[in-house]
Amino acid sequence: MIPASFEYHRPADISAALAILDEYGDDARVIAGGHSLIPMMKLRMADIEHLIDLQDIGELKGIFVEGTKVTIGAMATQHELIDNGDIARVAPILHEAALQIADPQVRYMGTVGGNVANGDPGNDMPGLMQCLGATFHLVGSGGTRDVAARDYYEAAYMTDREDDEILTAISFNAPEGGFAYEKQKRKIGDYATAACAAIVKIDGGICTAASIAMTNLSDTPIFSAEAGAALEGTACDATAIDAAVAAATGAIDPTEDNRGPVDFKMHVAGTIIRRAIERAVSRA
Amino acid sequence: MGKQHYQINVNGETKDVLAEPRELLIHTLREQLDLTGPHIGCETSHCGACTVDIDGKSVKSCTVFTAQVAGKEITTIEGLGTPDEMHVLQEKFREHHGLQCGYCTPGMITRAHRLLQENPNPTEEDVRFGMSGNLCRCTGYQNIVKSILAAAAEMNASKEAAE
Repeated sequence: MIPASFEYHRPADISAALAILDEYGDDARVIAGGHSLIPMMKLRMADIEHLIDLQDIGELKGIFVEGTKVTIGAMATQHELIDNGDIARVAPILHEAALQIADPQVRYMGTVGGNVANGDPGNDMPGLMQCLGATFHLVGSGGTRDVAARDYYEAAYMTDREDDEILTAISFNAPEGGFAYEKQKRKIGDYATAACAAIVKIDGGICTAASIAMTNLSDTPIFSAEAGAALEGTACDATAIDAAVAAATGAIDPTEDNRGPVDFKMHVAGTIIRRAIERAVSRA
Repeated sequence: MGKQHYQINVNGETKDVLAEPRELLIHTLREQLDLTGPHIGCETSHCGACTVDIDGKSVKSCTVFTAQVAGKEITTIEGLGTPDEMHVLQEKFREHHGLQCGYCTPGMITRAHRLLQENPNPTEEDVRFGMSGNLCRCTGYQNIVKSILAAAAEMNASKEAAE
């Protein structure tokens, strides 16, 4: 499989990349790890005249943990995330989730920024970042701006990012409490049939904060404030967890595909959401 | 965009190749450099038969453009061992019958080489997880895992003997 012809650009810094985006507009796309984009180009589902490779831009790299503040450069790879001891310590849910993405070869190349920016409902990081309440940092010719992960996704592959903008980094405060990222997939390398990120904080036997978000169960990731609210103020007993699962499954809208019909996906989602909440509670 | 010159370092030698930006690394390796060890299996980033090592990472060479790897160091199965001087992984795959048709084997060994660099003492579970980006349709994986564990043991034993 050979993609259509394109012109290849490898800018050394962000301003050079923005200048190319500005010049070619819709005809240009940035490429990070390329493990979503190149397969699409090979299938000729993506037709790109100007490919802007971000690999030389140092400003987009690195993972920084300062106290409870975590900043992940857009070009940080899933492998670097897994390998980072500070992330495993302050945000172990990221470590747990990254290990469930694709396969080892893809994780060496696949980036956190590409995973969140692309808007593919199958990607795991978007739901996770919504669960964490992360902020996405964008830069365009008009300057920089921040967008909450929970406001970023509009539909499959449609996001709040403008064509002339680049996602530069993701930041969030280290979560407190128990956590879990549960993912049901048909095989290694597949996208989720259903996946759920859960963070639950319990003080003196009572849940003080809970955050629940889901992957690949709608055309965007789904953050369910209602599911979190169903746990808050309770002892996270069976009744509360039932209510949270009901709220979460009420917020999703899966479609039939080769992973199964809608009824099956709703069933799997219910099980995965429950497992995520129960495991987060057990670790809280 | 027409063809461009790219310099890539393959198995310790710098090569100048002429390629369109859309040329995938696997095609440059196989068709221009006659390195036919990396195989084309699925062409959809799933099977791992085309795995090569790029700057210390296992990469599926069907999912990277040659233009992207200009200036990088690439190792293919040809750079790991030869029929006369086999790499210990190659010896162990032979000894433990870690292949049947052999199509996945270059990718398996190239990936296993990186896995053992990163984790010289893997458990069976570590090997299965670390090799999960490589598919084999013949063996059922039992003997592949056995071969890699045996190679790890031998590499560690010779390292100890040398110390």
